[in-house]
Amino acid sequence: MNTVAENRLRRAGSLEKNPRLSQWLRVHPDGTVSIFSGKVEIGQGILTALAQIAAEELGIRAERIRMVTANTATSPDEGVTSGSLSVQDSGTALRQACAQARALLLARASKRLAVPAGDLRVDDGAVHAGNRSTSFWECADDALFDVDVDASVDPKLPRNYGVVGRRAPRLDLPDKIAGRPRFLQDMMLPGMLFGRVVRPPHSFAKLASLDEGKFRSMVGLVAVVRDGSFVGVLAEREEIAIAAQRALRQGAAWEKTRKLPQDMQAWLRQHAVEHRVISEKADIDAMARAAKTLEASYSKPYISHASIGPSCAIAQFQGEKLTVWSHSQGIFNLRRDLAMALSMREDAIVVRHAEGSGCYGHNGADDVALDAALLARAAGGHPVQVQWMRDDEFAWAPCGPAMALSLRAALDVDGSIVDWQHELWSNGHSSRPGRSENPSLTAAWHVATPFERPAAINMPLPAGAADRNAIPLYDFPNQRVVNHYVRDMPVRTSALRSLGAYANVFAIESFMDELAAAAGTDSIAFRLRHLNDPRARAVLERAAQRANWAGWKPVEGRGHGVGFAKYKNLGAYCAVVAEVEVAQEVRVRRLIIAVDVGLVINPDGVANQIEGGAIQSTSWTLKEQVRLDTHGIASLGWEDYPILKFSEVPAVEVELIDRPELPSVGAGEAAQGPTAAAIANAVTHALGVRPRELPLTPERIIAAIERQ
Amino acid sequence: MLRSVGERFKLTVNGAPAEIEASGDTPLLYALRNDLALKGTRFGCGSGQCGACFVLIAGHAAPACDTPLWSVAGKHITTVEGLGRSGALHPLQETFLAEQAAQCGYCTSGILISAAALLARNPKPTDSEVRAALDRNLCRCGSHNRMVRAVLRAAAAVAT
Repeated sequence: MNTVAENRLRRAGSLEKNPRLSQWLRVHPDGTVSIFSGKVEIGQGILTALAQIAAEELGIRAERIRMVTANTATSPDEGVTSGSLSVQDSGTALRQACAQARALLLARASKRLAVPAGDLRVDDGAVHAGNRSTSFWECADDALFDVDVDASVDPKLPRNYGVVGRRAPRLDLPDKIAGRPRFLQDMMLPGMLFGRVVRPPHSFAKLASLDEGKFRSMVGLVAVVRDGSFVGVLAEREEIAIAAQRALRQGAAWEKTRKLPQDMQAWLRQHAVEHRVISEKADIDAMARAAKTLEASYSKPYISHASIGPSCAIAQFQGEKLTVWSHSQGIFNLRRDLAMALSMREDAIVVRHAEGSGCYGHNGADDVALDAALLARAAGGHPVQVQWMRDDEFAWAPCGPAMALSLRAALDVDGSIVDWQHELWSNGHSSRPGRSENPSLTAAWHVATPFERPAAINMPLPAGAADRNAIPLYDFPNQRVVNHYVRDMPVRTSALRSLGAYANVFAIESFMDELAAAAGTDSIAFRLRHLNDPRARAVLERAAQRANWAGWKPVEGRGHGVGFAKYKNLGAYCAVVAEVEVAQEVRVRRLIIAVDVGLVINPDGVANQIEGGAIQSTSWTLKEQVRLDTHGIASLGWEDYPILKFSEVPAVEVELIDRPELPSVGAGEAAQGPTAAAIANAVTHALGVRPRELPLTPERIIAAIERQ
Repeated sequence: MLRSVGERFKLTVNGAPAEIEASGDTPLLYALRNDLALKGTRFGCGSGQCGACFVLIAGHAAPACDTPLWSVAGKHITTVEGLGRSGALHPLQETFLAEQAAQCGYCTSGILISAAALLARNPKPTDSEVRAALDRNLCRCGSHNRMVRAVLRAAAAVAT
């Protein structure tokens, strides 16, 4: 009989949806083990971490593990690879599944050798009893794992780990560094045609007319495909498809529709349709002690995912069956929306994951899959590869939403916060496929019988979306946090790494510094005064110590600042100290980061994610904003959307606080918010003025100085 | 818009002669990727601003996306696949692996090309010389510092 605790364990991670042991692994006669995960590699190193977990529980060398790339035909459905949840979802499931698999293999070996399991010697899958032996590879068959994963076997105790917790080189990097074909963009299928899509100049424009007559005779052009306002080309050679795309753009006339708001921040504040109080605390006695009140507004622009490799997909019809190769983060959800858009049954479609360029959230990966499928429908069974051009990606991939924030707080005479108010205005932070009655795929809104375009939504708390990390981790006696949801989307928005946490933490941690200054208290001491969580205190103290915070020597034009958050208030603890130099522009010289992700699976993997996240956040914070003109996105190339360059990248030091006794949480998004706040606070320390609008460009800094 | 596709171009790619039949204004990128199946050189922007498609043309790092085929006829091209000698990895590739200097890896080929060009003209670069040499390459994942360390490590290894 299962106890409550066992039931909870049984349902851990992704096991509830995928309960069969055979869904997770297969042991082969050749001494290798296939591991099936529904999570996908997006450059974050997840396959390596999952392989470590599997090897650890099976008690075999990691080299024996083969990570099977996810596909909708045979992989467990683990939803979307997002939210820094893969180690929790897939890792937890694989840990239990592999522990049970080992126990079943040992039981069978014990029977085969007629020796009690406790008397077997096991070494890397070889099983010995006296001078007789067998192996996992001999004992395994399909029937053995045709059972439910249950809690009958305890996974290893962390103190006995030999693979987990050690630096493991990434499984995918040898190919990528040697330049071997590894990406979806590199796949060549027999008879493959190249497709490109001629998109409207702006998001809401409809095709008025298309002069395609003179392009039909282009040598190498196979077809011009038109379905309402969806226009695509197919060619035998890629450069011909691109030339045809360019030429057809000249031949297309579009009706312009709506104009964008002039002042997006003001517009957001005026167009909220839902106002949700997400946290409220009241303490009248504390409120009565309020002696000084501060308020401030902060803003964040639309930010582009700006993948280096534009999105790509391959699609092929074989009779009524469609196969799509995609670097989507959610292949099952993509299949659902493709089926809707194409009026097909889901079981007639297989989506196979293949690695793409880093995406950092919901970029064009899903959209381009429908583009490829629509063109493949006209390709007579030939596979069709579509890669978006640079301007397609900037114009058509969803953006991380712009946000407006207003904060107000009261201090008592001792300099403690007695009241805290936080309001935010934002579009939804997810318009991923799989979550709406209509397909969330661009081409579906342009075809002759268009689907309604779904509004971006917010996932509920505690993880939240626009309101992610809006509830401060600090202990305040009075507190009110309000999420104002804006449904109407002048610019298409969706998930960008850390969602609302980036802006919320930027605002909270900037405001904490404003309050610390008003209270005449050191920034870190001020935070610690309001923070009881020992893990939170530990990362702040460790970062401060490593940065020699207390020993700071003032130099003109230089400053240091701190930022902190517990990602989603559920995940990794991260404190960042930034050291900056401000002359004509802000230069971040150094970032010192302390992180606590619980049990560390791959220390170098965590460090790489934190470093990368902090550098990307530095780029967002100093440089990045999607430029808008009257009708839509105007930053269509790198010249309009500069990102941080090698010579501008700060030194980054990461210190991990390993807690083997505590569950692992993800590392991929933890640094985004704290880095932004640390930089802004350091700028204030250097200049004595407070920048509250992102990004911190030279113009913004000058504006802040002039306002002062 | 009619194009002739019958032109033939001879060039040397990774030390071996190659012949490509395509229009002369075909970007070198597509000739490498689709005619010669050298997929390590990747499309990023199409206008030479990101470095994902860099190759060595007569020893200089240049964007293959922006280089028409006619302009490289008879020239020596080295792609990421040809950086190492006789199938072995180039010292830079060894140190990139040792430093785990990548996340998604899409920009990696172009950065290896820029770094190889740098080490060929300046075998002992400083940290800031490496950064300056890589400023034409964009990386979105934030692997910059690992890559700089890898380049400096390769320079030290070659020097000893």
